[in-house]
Amino acid sequence: MSSASPRRRVLPGFGLTLGFTLLYLSLIVLVPLSTLALRTASMGWGPFWATVTSPRVLASYRLTFGASLAAAALNGVFGLVVAWVLARHRFPGQKVVDALVDLPFALPTAVAGIALTSLYSPNGWFGRPLEAMGLKVAFTPLGIVVALTFIGLPFVVRTLQPVIEDLDVEVEEAAASLGAGRRQTFAHVILPALFPAWLTGFALAFARALGEYGSVVFIAGNMPMRTEITSLLIITKLEQYDYAGATAIAVVMLVASFLLLGAINRLQSWASRRGAAA
Amino acid sequence: MRRALTEPPLVRGALLAVALVFLAIFLVMPLVAVFAQALEKGFGAYLTALREPDAWAAIRLTLLTAAIAVPMNLAFGLAASWAIAKFEFPGKGTLLTLIDLPFAVSPVISGMIFVLLFGRQGLLGPFLGAHDVKVIFAVPGIVLATVFVTFPFVARELIPVMQALGNEEEEAARVLGAGGWQIFFRVTLPNVKWGVLYGVILCNARAMGEFGAVSVVSGHIRGLTNTIPLHVEILYNEYNFQAAFAVASLLAFLALVTLLAKSVVEWRSGRAARPEAPVREAA
Amino acid sequence: MTSKIHAAARVAVLATLVAAIGPTTAARAQDATLLNVSYDPTRELYQAINSSFIASYKQKTGKTIAINQSHGGSGKQARAVIDGLEADVVTLALAYDVDAVQESGLITPGWQKRLPQNSAPYTSTVVFVVRKGNPKGIKDWPDLLKPGVAIITANPKTSGGARWNYLAAWGYALRQPGGDEAKARAFVTELYKRVPVLDSGARGSTTTFVQRGIGDVLLAWENEAILAVNELGKDKLEIVAPSVSILAEPPVTVVDKVVDKRGTRAAAQAYLEYLYTPEGQEIVARNFYRPRLASVAAKYASQFPKVKLLTIDEAFGGWTKAQKTHFADGGVFDQLYQPGK
Repeated sequence: MSSASPRRRVLPGFGLTLGFTLLYLSLIVLVPLSTLALRTASMGWGPFWATVTSPRVLASYRLTFGASLAAAALNGVFGLVVAWVLARHRFPGQKVVDALVDLPFALPTAVAGIALTSLYSPNGWFGRPLEAMGLKVAFTPLGIVVALTFIGLPFVVRTLQPVIEDLDVEVEEAAASLGAGRRQTFAHVILPALFPAWLTGFALAFARALGEYGSVVFIAGNMPMRTEITSLLIITKLEQYDYAGATAIAVVMLVASFLLLGAINRLQSWASRRGAAA
Repeated sequence: MRRALTEPPLVRGALLAVALVFLAIFLVMPLVAVFAQALEKGFGAYLTALREPDAWAAIRLTLLTAAIAVPMNLAFGLAASWAIAKFEFPGKGTLLTLIDLPFAVSPVISGMIFVLLFGRQGLLGPFLGAHDVKVIFAVPGIVLATVFVTFPFVARELIPVMQALGNEEEEAARVLGAGGWQIFFRVTLPNVKWGVLYGVILCNARAMGEFGAVSVVSGHIRGLTNTIPLHVEILYNEYNFQAAFAVASLLAFLALVTLLAKSVVEWRSGRAARPEAPVREAA
Repeated sequence: MTSKIHAAARVAVLATLVAAIGPTTAARAQDATLLNVSYDPTRELYQAINSSFIASYKQKTGKTIAINQSHGGSGKQARAVIDGLEADVVTLALAYDVDAVQESGLITPGWQKRLPQNSAPYTSTVVFVVRKGNPKGIKDWPDLLKPGVAIITANPKTSGGARWNYLAAWGYALRQPGGDEAKARAFVTELYKRVPVLDSGARGSTTTFVQRGIGDVLLAWENEAILAVNELGKDKLEIVAPSVSILAEPPVTVVDKVVDKRGTRAAAQAYLEYLYTPEGQEIVARNFYRPRLASVAAKYASQFPKVKLLTIDEAFGGWTKAQKTHFADGGVFDQLYQPGK
């Protein structure tokens, strides 16, 4: 702790606040999470590996990662448009639209789940016309993508919006005065500047989608091998009294989340360094 | 000045149209669907569904849970942001990632770990059983699971705000002889109050709406351990769709109030003071 | 400014706490409270049983009793009890789930012999629900495999009710002339190929069939089927009884460790015994479960179509064996259910 800054001498409360932080973190997060490791350790490496690589579990990883990726990509495209419009355009009702973007943060996922299911099921407002066009959404992987898109949208928009607002207009002006068309400016000047924030938003939407449960179970159809997400599989194992199996899969998901979070934090500090350098 | 930099009117219009249509399909329609189905059988049926005793019990439990979980995480958020924003110490990055962890953990896992810890066959199960302390399948378990899932909200909102503000004012107060608590209440808190409020609003919304984690530890005893989201599921499973959506509309209404409150906070605090991105709001 | 916010926050917190705690602590002046942990489709049944039993118990003993209910998937409920949900009685979908609770030490072995008729005071069976007018002409099990028929049932790995569906189909195929294990397996494999949505619970699959309009036939418990048709549209649905089905015996029992600790054994025992009384059986029949008492059964005979019923013991050698062979990880269901292959 000798590397602590000299500031510490000036401001009080370091020991108290850090101590409380660590204590609370341990009690609420770390101790409970460590039970996962303990449970899993009791099952041994062989059974653990067999459980987390069984075909049905592998299929659920593919689905969970695939649908999360698709949803994050969808949000990557449309979220960028939304963020751009909100940051750069002025239109009536903008405040309302701006506030609305946060709806998925505030709306409980179970409510979102039943609402989306009723919209996209074959006799729902969207489901009926889509079904007529031969497109099934509810109870297919597509339905899962829809739910995860709903959940992830604000992450992309809210990460990009302030960065777009802070973009140095002079650079764009310079590009324009040098004869660059709007499209060229966008592709060669704006996009590269937005890229770190965009990637962060994308990764956040992706991370959030990986763990989502409430909104997905209603719309997924839960067919083993086809529309069964990993979180549901954990519940399924629990209901068969297979605690070890459930915790084993949970550990895999936990490690994936942790790695992803670490990457996002690194990405963010990279983005802010770039921002500071610009 | 701006004009040279904006897109041609046609492109502008197209972009706006794409954005609005996308938002309408993905955000507005689900919300409309909730209210439409809640009011399907008229306003009278809507009120009847909300007046049911089990619905009231669920509402009370949800309020109680939020009333415990939010202040706990507020206290943690203030302490953590003070330690992290005001001081340098090794392992800060790891600490930040650990604080974020509950965001990315599947809610199912968040509930399960408390069963593994406090369940009858869990680590502390025999001890709790011997002393007749009920944690899971009772209110404490529901509160704990809620505290877990809403753990990072206030802290992650406050840390960047405090970091952006720097230490000068506090150090000046210190030099003038102010004590730690005085500095905190007189100098720091007034500066970050909007950030605090912002975090509390989001924390509260999630606390009241949590489904997955609470579902695992609740025990689903009618009138005793059902929160609003669990009550919605029960009604839905009873083929009582109108009532399910009526109770769900309470949560949707809460979401709208949350958005309104957030907008007010943003407006009062001024856009500039707003933390540069709600990146940290959830995950 | 800050102090104003503080004061406001304090008032708000206090107000919520008062609102939250106040009424819950009141209105709890009973001599005893029982918790009945049950499975999904018994909500309506036990609501009726509870109010009737409370009145009768008060009359007989002078004691006021309150009964709390918890419902969910049968396996999930059993797991909650194992993990510490303090149920005085469990009333679950299958004996296997009660056995799981017994194995954890909460119930003494031999529980199934403690009450008459395998501790199952009511029975049910598996029937078909079809769209009004039976457009696909579904009369019996083989009709399910007609081209273009979509079948709705839940996942037998997570839903107790769905396990009965699966075993009913298997039992039917097994009991056909020339039927054997291989033929039964082929039949059930074909059946699950026609399932477009595999919900995790029985109620979920009913919602999928009725509310979402998916599928041509729903496999369901008889009581669920009658309830769903009554609640959700006699003009849209009708029930078809197959020639052969399974005798579903949902068991009830007292959770020994819990009642001994809480001192509620007498009340819990009386509660379960009440299910066997003429009054209890009457309520059972009114909620579309098949009563055990001959007199009540005769009265409601028109409600329940005649179906040849197989028992788990004779067709599958008991629940433990059926569970292990068919529904355990890597069991027959996992082998035959390979979507996309």
